[in-house]
Amino acid sequence: MLSVALIYPELLGTYGDGGNALVLAERARRRGFEAEVVNVGIDDEVPDATIYLLGGGEDGPQRLGADLLRASSFAARVRDGNFVFAVCAGLQLLGTSFCVEGDDEYEGLGLVDATTSRGETRAVGDLVVRVDDRALVGFENHGGRTTLGDDVEAFATVEVGLGNDGVVDGFRTPAIWASYAHGPVLAMNPWFADKVLGRALGRELEPLVTVADQLYDERVRALAR
Amino acid sequence: MPRESSLRDDVATGAVRLVNLLSRLASRGSGTVVGGRVGLAIAPELLENLARGRDVVLVSGTNGKTTTTALIASGWGGSVATNDTGSNMPEGHVAALVASKSHSVVLEVDESWLDVVARATRPRVIALLNLSRDQLDRASEVRQIAERWRALLADLRDVTVVANANDPLIVYAAELAADVAWCDVPTPWTTDAVSCPRCTKPLHFADGSWWSECGFAKPNDLATAFGDDLTVRGTSLALELQLPGAFNEANAAVALTALSYVEVELADALERVDAVASVAGRFSLRRWRGHHLRLLLAKNPAGFSSMLLTLPHDAADVWVAINARVADGRDPSWLYDVPFEMLRGHRVYCFGDRRLDLATRLDYANVDHVVVNDESTLPVTSDVIDVLANYTAFQEWRTRSKAC
Repeated sequence: MLSVALIYPELLGTYGDGGNALVLAERARRRGFEAEVVNVGIDDEVPDATIYLLGGGEDGPQRLGADLLRASSFAARVRDGNFVFAVCAGLQLLGTSFCVEGDDEYEGLGLVDATTSRGETRAVGDLVVRVDDRALVGFENHGGRTTLGDDVEAFATVEVGLGNDGVVDGFRTPAIWASYAHGPVLAMNPWFADKVLGRALGRELEPLVTVADQLYDERVRALAR
Repeated sequence: MPRESSLRDDVATGAVRLVNLLSRLASRGSGTVVGGRVGLAIAPELLENLARGRDVVLVSGTNGKTTTTALIASGWGGSVATNDTGSNMPEGHVAALVASKSHSVVLEVDESWLDVVARATRPRVIALLNLSRDQLDRASEVRQIAERWRALLADLRDVTVVANANDPLIVYAAELAADVAWCDVPTPWTTDAVSCPRCTKPLHFADGSWWSECGFAKPNDLATAFGDDLTVRGTSLALELQLPGAFNEANAAVALTALSYVEVELADALERVDAVASVAGRFSLRRWRGHHLRLLLAKNPAGFSSMLLTLPHDAADVWVAINARVADGRDPSWLYDVPFEMLRGHRVYCFGDRRLDLATRLDYANVDHVVVNDESTLPVTSDVIDVLANYTAFQEWRTRSKAC
């Protein structure tokens, strides 16, 4: 049974981020696994889940999301090894601090040694990063510059776009994968969706052919430099 | 036209006309933006001077502004100056005011330009429809727009703000204005107003109302509301719109409320608003290669959701065209905020530059779909097919098809 918990979609779902939950659940079902998507609303307790998804959000919602998560069992569950895939604002609030309107050092959940400061410009555009020697294509739209602690591994190296700082994107720990590629990045990258799904289910997955394969090939061709 | 004219304005106005004429002759679009831009460069106060002494109504918001502007223009009756060519920034406003000397003016205004245009044109009425996510790669922060409107409306005098009471971001923007006419109109999309714009705590929605712990809540002094009929400032009106959908009822209610503040007789306005059947090609019946099409513009999640509700409940084929060019917003992530699951039971033909993004979305929604790479293979039927298209895709379909 795959249980995908979408954390505060009302706050952290600006860029169609809920699509990632749909993609994981569908790709599991088509392989014969039972799967459910649990929308964790702002008044709900954070439930146990196979994977937690955190999406992007504007300043106010991001701050509220961080406050609510801090008061919840989320961090404890992640420290216990529950798996998280986070994008954009979700990435930032997992770190030690991030910027919101009126506060440049808003306290994050501190699950990863990563601080986000405000960049001079917003990074808006296609983002192509290399994960385990394969291209991951997506779109970024954020004003953050994220600095990783010395012993924190980046999620990927940047080929097109900015990511954390123009060199690397996101971060990766045993329990947390996080990228600036927002929105339904798992829809656009079926191979990576299966990597996330395989990690969540703890097993190797058989290939699954979907129209998303054509989308991925098209985007890689369009964005290849 | 009762305004002080200066030589510079006259030169600028003449330049607008000349450049627009040349632009049209050169077949470069409908020729309004270029001329307006030239005019503004010659005389930056041109918009202010052109608007002086006229009755100006401004319309802004994420969805429905073109339709609401058209309903106000039609409902007003007689000659009305309006920017009905789709250019909703100052260049387009200047062009509209040069093209018509009419005393009655209604302008559709891009959300980001409302403060500039309102300060220049000193409107009698500003109609605010809704604010939601749209073109995420550009005006990404919906709340920043609400903040800017709030500062503007707290400051602006001698204007009635006609505002949607069901959209918390609109209420936040309008609540400090000296004179507000709140409209209780259908607003299904509130996903972008989950946290309170005042205190960031969660907003609660129930029983047609909404509130936050800090006291921020839906206004209860409503000027306009739907019951059995539409009531606008105490006058009961039986809407019989030609335009489809609850969202157009909301647009019409806002339009009629706005018209009541420029002394238009509501009964007459209602008749003229009811009669509007198509706005800038939207909802119009078209022909293309033997197919009969109804063109529907849907360019963001809120608009798409509303439009999906207007589709017939049978299993008819639906065509959807998606681009992600600059005017559309280059990020099609919003496709995952559209409840395409509603199309289960239909077969959806996927068109546009980003048809594979659409097909992937539909695949995950378990909606039967066909990626149209070769248009000559499309089945021809005598049925009218609904074509939902986002901004530039809509323009393409409008250009390539002919009116029935």
